[in-house]
Amino acid sequence: MTEPEILVGPQSLDDDSPGGLAARLASAGIGDRAYRVVITVFAACVPLLLTAIAIEIGVAAWPALHRFGFSFLISSDWDPVNGAFGAAPALYGTIVSSILALVIAAPLAIGVAIYLSEFAPSWLRRPVSFLVDLLAAVPSVVYGLWGIFVLIPLLRTSVVPFLKDTLHLGATPLFSGPNYGPSMLAAGVILAIMVLPYISAVAREVVLAVPRSQREAALALGATRWEMIWGAVLPFARSGIIGGVILGLGRALGETMAVTMVIGNTHEISASLLAPGYTMSSLIANQFSEATGDLHLSALMAVGFTLLVVTLVVNGIARWLVWRVARHD
Amino acid sequence: MPPTELDVVRLSAWFGRQPAVRDVTVAFNEREVTAIIGPSGCGKSTLLRCLNRMHETVPTARVEGSVLLHGTDIYGKDVSPIALRRHIGMVFQRPSPFPTMSIRDNVAAGLRVRGKRISRAAIDEIVERALRRAALWDEVKDRLRTSALGLSGGQQQRLCIARALANDPEVLLLDEPTASLDPISTQKVEDLVYELRQEVTVVIVTHNMQQAARVSDRTAFMLAGDLVEVAPTAKLFTTPADDRTEAYITGRFG
Amino acid sequence: MTDMVNAPRPQIVVSPRREHPSVSQRDYAARTIHSMGRRKIVNALMVGLTWIAALLATLPLLFILFYLLKKGASSLTVAFFTQMPKPIGETGGGMANAIVGTLILVGTAMAIGLPIGVGAGLYLAEHRATKLATAVRFLSDVLNGLPSIVIGIFAWQFLVRPVGHFSALAGAVALAAMMIPMVTRTTEEMVRLVPTSLREAALALGYSRWRTSLTIVLRTAAAGIVTGALVAVARIAGETAPLFFTALGNQFMSTSLREAIAALPLQIFNYAISPYESAHALAWAGALVLIGLVLIVSVAARFATRARFGNAAD
Repeated sequence: MTEPEILVGPQSLDDDSPGGLAARLASAGIGDRAYRVVITVFAACVPLLLTAIAIEIGVAAWPALHRFGFSFLISSDWDPVNGAFGAAPALYGTIVSSILALVIAAPLAIGVAIYLSEFAPSWLRRPVSFLVDLLAAVPSVVYGLWGIFVLIPLLRTSVVPFLKDTLHLGATPLFSGPNYGPSMLAAGVILAIMVLPYISAVAREVVLAVPRSQREAALALGATRWEMIWGAVLPFARSGIIGGVILGLGRALGETMAVTMVIGNTHEISASLLAPGYTMSSLIANQFSEATGDLHLSALMAVGFTLLVVTLVVNGIARWLVWRVARHD
Repeated sequence: MPPTELDVVRLSAWFGRQPAVRDVTVAFNEREVTAIIGPSGCGKSTLLRCLNRMHETVPTARVEGSVLLHGTDIYGKDVSPIALRRHIGMVFQRPSPFPTMSIRDNVAAGLRVRGKRISRAAIDEIVERALRRAALWDEVKDRLRTSALGLSGGQQQRLCIARALANDPEVLLLDEPTASLDPISTQKVEDLVYELRQEVTVVIVTHNMQQAARVSDRTAFMLAGDLVEVAPTAKLFTTPADDRTEAYITGRFG
Repeated sequence: MTDMVNAPRPQIVVSPRREHPSVSQRDYAARTIHSMGRRKIVNALMVGLTWIAALLATLPLLFILFYLLKKGASSLTVAFFTQMPKPIGETGGGMANAIVGTLILVGTAMAIGLPIGVGAGLYLAEHRATKLATAVRFLSDVLNGLPSIVIGIFAWQFLVRPVGHFSALAGAVALAAMMIPMVTRTTEEMVRLVPTSLREAALALGYSRWRTSLTIVLRTAAAGIVTGALVAVARIAGETAPLFFTALGNQFMSTSLREAIAALPLQIFNYAISPYESAHALAWAGALVLIGLVLIVSVAARFATRARFGNAAD
């Protein structure tokens, strides 16, 4: 069989020229260097992008922040015409709606986590966790749409009357006043559904990570299943679960579309959950396109900047907590 | 005296501060199989990896000394390790065919990185020749386009040998090539190595003394980074010059 | 015959404690049995509560899907996919421009975000412990958690305000900014899974480092990276907030990157808040299409991941 020409280089090995082999062995390492530069640059895009975001928004927010200072966060006076901007209702609304969402979602998420790790029959485990996780895939605007046409009417016709009259909660400040439809309650409920998968995913992982030995020790002492969970599993998983809850908080704080579609976009602080309100993100979404004048715009940017900072802090705490648990494993 | 293909001159290698090879000088003769034996941690694999400059791919690795391929120092300033590795090929302990490629493409993998384009027909010829040299052709000739992962462990290792041979290297380095194979595959690979000496210079690292005795013409014994002794295989195993060699061969340690 | 009946019985020594339980021990037994009953009730109650929690957690998704189908399916005609929106208040029309717009926005975002994300992921996997790598990993998480509206106003400030008009490009950049951390994370994970032995085999054949990374390693990790990219795409396809002030939306069909462009989520939003029934019907249909897309991709990605880990490359 004839030898196919192996294209190592122009010369064969028998070439006697002194530089023959050496010449063939020499070559440039440009490719490697270029590759390394490119991926380093691409990696650097992440911190660069984050810095750009902080700077751009900060710079745009500066005029308003400088003008109003701390009162920006305390005053409720939002008057574009006269140039007064106080974002307190939005701040209030963000906090209240998020807390309400957590109050609803956290116990559910923990309950689901416990269910999946302890009580669920094995054939149900995958489908249930799948369905819960899939909640995170639903786009925000779809939640909003469903919120407007299904949830709000449902709340108005069934749930709120039940709470107000049957449970007599109407006497409390939380459920006082009329419910016309869009409300803090609706926002809280929708947010709860939206953050549930995030809390649940973390809680599930953390609960499953509790070592068998802990569980078995409790059972061997004669504890019931529930007592084992309460006494051995949950304490072990506690900081991880809290981390997951705070992660959910971070998500709730920043949620825009669904909230803006069901909360009523009213610049007021009200004690009642049945009243409409505002959140920082829905304020921006609602007013940005119609901002009158530079100060108005800057005020909205200031709201955005506040949101940015708050989210960073909350997510940072959440990550730190979850990271701590991961370290202990 | 047979011409030497590869000359190792005062080679030392470190992992960070930890010395792995100490001042080794040895010559590998052309068209011979040289085995390197020694207990675990003696530096034989590191020495082997210095021969095709794979040692330096590990961070904190350091090498001093020279390795001359037909008179040219592969550690010379202007020598590219990448080009070098087309002349000195290597097969590793664990068979590692590229999982997303067919058998044919696996064998031809080294050809793709040549400067010049090679026609498909030429590639097919090279692939067939390499597979024949690796004693694998008959077993795979009907399924060259199927995934390489469908082969057994022994076949995969022979595939890796074929892949290395397709580059037509002058020297083939084998790092414990049969360590993860069953006895039958081991035998096939050993037969193959024995045959290869007619065309390629082979350096094989093995922890199995019987294997060294079976396949090699010369054997080198290393201990704790030092090259203790190198001699024709028969002589090393029957009348070793050094006491340490004798102790190792008779099983007193290692 | 020995008398079995009258044979002397062995003397069983009963410890005095066992023979006559004292009063306090009877009390203790009684108490334990009662609390045992209470504990069992509590246990059963709690177990029941977790079942309810599971039920409540799985219902919303089914509830939403049900409504989407109920209210949206009837409007899903061919016209929906091919026609442009009719003027406000008129019945009929479709979302052709929004569908095209979403495709263009997502496609452009991919063109920007995928190379950067994959490149950053490669960097993280190959240079694990450098300062930049640690920073990028952390900051990537931070970026991932930013509210999408914040990214939207950033893109407005950065790309819309200076040029004075809205553009599809600005929208795509905002979406890309959301994609990058997700793709970076999955790429790093997948590339890390490729065993070192494959890299070494390639190097030993004479592959340069960059060739090894791009042709051997990336190819081996490709399936996982593509899956991760799909998940990221599904996520950004449904985003509205970043598009509000960048792509803005467009009544008409536009394929230019330099002009405002319609998008499915934007259109759904506009129709949802409009007072006309006909618009609502279109909103439901649009939402059905959107969620269908997103769910199909998410589910497919999930199954692909599970299947792959069944036969992982050695």
